[in-house]
Amino acid sequence: MSYRIGIDVGGTNTDAVLLDHRLHVIAKAKQPTTEDVMTGIWKVLIAILEESAISPGEIGYAMLGTTHCTNAIVERKQLNKVGIIRLCKPAATAVPPLAAWPDDLKAAVGEHHYLVAGGYEYDGTLISELDENEIRSALEAMKGNVKSIAVTGIFSPARAEQELKVARLAHDVMPGVPISLSHQIGSIGLLERENATILNAALQTTIRTVVSGFREALSKLGIPAQIFIGQNDGTLMEADYAIRYPILTIGCGPTNSIRGASFLSGLKDALVLDIGGTTSDIGVLSNGFPRQSAIAVDVGGIRTNFRMPDILSVGLGGGTIIRIDEQGAITVGPDSVGYRLLQEARSFGGDTLTATDVVLAVTDTTIVGADTSDLDSDACQQAYNRMIEKLEVAIDQMKTSKEPVPVILTGGGSILVNSRLAGASEVIKPDHHDVANAIGAALGTISGEAENIYALEGRTYEDAVEAAKQQAIGNAVEAGAVPATVEIVSVEDVPLAYMPGNSVFIKVKAVGELDAK
Amino acid sequence: MRWLTEESIEHIALGAAVLGTGGGGDPYLGKLMALEAIKTYGPIKLLSIEELADDALIVPLSMMGSPTIGVEKIPSIEELVAPLEKIEETLGQKAAALMPIEVGGVNSLVPVLAAAAKGLPLVDADAMGRAFPESQMVTFYLDGHSADPTVLADEKGNTVVITPKDGHWGEKLARAITVQMGGSSTVCDYALPGSVVKKSAIPGTLTKSEEIGRLLLHKSGDGTHPIKRLLAFLNGYKLLTGKLTDIQRTLTGGFTRGICEVEGIHDDAGRVVTLHFQNEQLLATEGEKPLAITPDLIAILDVETGQPITTEGLRYGTRVTVIAFPCDPKWRTKKGIETAGPRYFGYPVEYEPVEKLQEGGGK
Repeated sequence: MSYRIGIDVGGTNTDAVLLDHRLHVIAKAKQPTTEDVMTGIWKVLIAILEESAISPGEIGYAMLGTTHCTNAIVERKQLNKVGIIRLCKPAATAVPPLAAWPDDLKAAVGEHHYLVAGGYEYDGTLISELDENEIRSALEAMKGNVKSIAVTGIFSPARAEQELKVARLAHDVMPGVPISLSHQIGSIGLLERENATILNAALQTTIRTVVSGFREALSKLGIPAQIFIGQNDGTLMEADYAIRYPILTIGCGPTNSIRGASFLSGLKDALVLDIGGTTSDIGVLSNGFPRQSAIAVDVGGIRTNFRMPDILSVGLGGGTIIRIDEQGAITVGPDSVGYRLLQEARSFGGDTLTATDVVLAVTDTTIVGADTSDLDSDACQQAYNRMIEKLEVAIDQMKTSKEPVPVILTGGGSILVNSRLAGASEVIKPDHHDVANAIGAALGTISGEAENIYALEGRTYEDAVEAAKQQAIGNAVEAGAVPATVEIVSVEDVPLAYMPGNSVFIKVKAVGELDAK
Repeated sequence: MRWLTEESIEHIALGAAVLGTGGGGDPYLGKLMALEAIKTYGPIKLLSIEELADDALIVPLSMMGSPTIGVEKIPSIEELVAPLEKIEETLGQKAAALMPIEVGGVNSLVPVLAAAAKGLPLVDADAMGRAFPESQMVTFYLDGHSADPTVLADEKGNTVVITPKDGHWGEKLARAITVQMGGSSTVCDYALPGSVVKKSAIPGTLTKSEEIGRLLLHKSGDGTHPIKRLLAFLNGYKLLTGKLTDIQRTLTGGFTRGICEVEGIHDDAGRVVTLHFQNEQLLATEGEKPLAITPDLIAILDVETGQPITTEGLRYGTRVTVIAFPCDPKWRTKKGIETAGPRYFGYPVEYEPVEKLQEGGGK
């Protein structure tokens, strides 16, 4: 029998679950996240093996959702120097690459950038031919100075040949240096896509270290598992694929929770409220998958346009500090005692009134060792009402219509909600909700996407959608899905404004089951 | 005369999004280009309209085409300078200054890079006082000035000089050429002498835009809510505070048309206001009753921060405050209403000034 391990590295805790082949939870464990991340992973692996008492040799799959790449960007650590090529001339020279980047991040990634002839119009016709000599000399100039390469061509999401050609030339000049191509990473919006592509290239050493560290940890423990890495649409990628697209791991934490919540509750459409120590994250479960953000997303202060989950973060968690002033006015947060709840909260003998104290004082919820006898119950009731209202407003903001929707609670802080919520048709707290993120990581679906602009002259809309579907399916299979199980889960289209009505941007997503060979 | 700094650019970009009334393209790209220009060439000279010599040639510069294409095939410096050089050649006169044609959205800041590269000052004025979708919707057209010559340029080195017989033909021909140029172009039209610009342009609009940005970005000493300060500055009216409950978009004739519904919350609970947009927000109604009508301005702001929300950014559940404020008096003339009033955009209502519609309403 083959078991699988799911691990989710969060800001505070590293969680793990062990599932059997029917996806039943056999064991779960939590360890504090360590600064080097890997130590926390190592400890949680040991903990779960101890708890489960199954032989490590029976674990066939190991899935990791990790914040390594986010941390690398935020802390400007371990980032590759990147050789940046923009295929654009004579267009697109008014703003150079890295233009709006913070100086320290710009310094970390380096400034080897080249604007060369190339690029396409929106309909796929040429802006200019590539000049092979120009590209070769750019590559020669950056050789030895960069550890990876990022290539971005105008309208490459509509037509990718030029970017692919540059990849071949780069492989010639600098064999073994990883190459990130923008059409595989972001959508329309040259600067945002270029930023995402450069970040992807900058993260390639970090992700290699993660994958090899994870592999080593498993092998030391005698676990012969195949490795998968969680990505931010709630699906998985094989290790080799992750090494090519590390940026897709950014934001995978909340999506793991959403996928886990879906699995645990059996629902495909709902809101997921993941309550931690400091914040509550609300995501939307739509057709079994997390809804993605429709707008450009800042990563470490940089505007990007690769897909990211649509998450609303509210400053309310188990450790949120509640203040009552002399006039009786109540404020909720936004600061928090965080992981020091058991030392600082009033119910546990501390001096700070927290959201957890309030809940213990006014609801039936109890925690062993907590004492709420000296709390003012009227004031706590008012504070509780304020907390619930804060969540209700946030829930309403994430809904797509007036209809009430089910709300699934996950995360360690979910004791905060102990009542009905306005706008929710029901509030569900499934078993194992405290490790929903690790379960989400372990589920094992694989996705592929395609995003293109199609000129509808000489082809029908249906043709264009079919082409996009085939490309998305191909990408899912390449990422490790079983071809027979791949299905299309979403098709979106956006006509181009101010154009004569026959160009359309089509976005398709396909999902399949993990190839459990 | 004063200098535009990097800080001015940040503020103008935000203010231009308010004056863009939901359309006008994202000022982000304009901001990046302008910041790059100041980094490379130093601060830009900003002239007030009074400082223009009567015989000086003032040239508006803008981008035309699909914003979606504009953010992918971003311009080159050469392309931003090319229509200027060509119009100088055609008219046999050097430009004394550049100006934005509209002060809403991306075009507010497009002329900055060309001004910097050519060492020219920029005029603190525009010809809309807001954003509008078509090129004849300018005060120069209202005052009977010709769009001849109109010059378009692309990044490949093509320039096209057209001599349209009026502003409507200018719009029609330029739009067709822009499509051939790959869906976006740079344009100089209504290049006019200082004497005309003084009479016909809307003065001080870059400064106005900058003030709006500053109001929204910096807290006031007494903690007044940014939207309240904004309304005072714009002589505007709060239409309601509510949440977006419905949004419908369709694409017809190359424009994004649609409606969005805002359901009142707090003091406005029970009210429902419908906003009709065609790129820009053009009409606000409550039941049958119009609350604000184009060419007056209607902006949707985030209820907390006052940050403007564009038509593309509208989503169910967003908490917003809808405000409206008067347009420049030039738009309230007979020709102004004919050119950019509700009938032109196909709405079956008669224009009435927002002050009148809001009489007795909560300013």
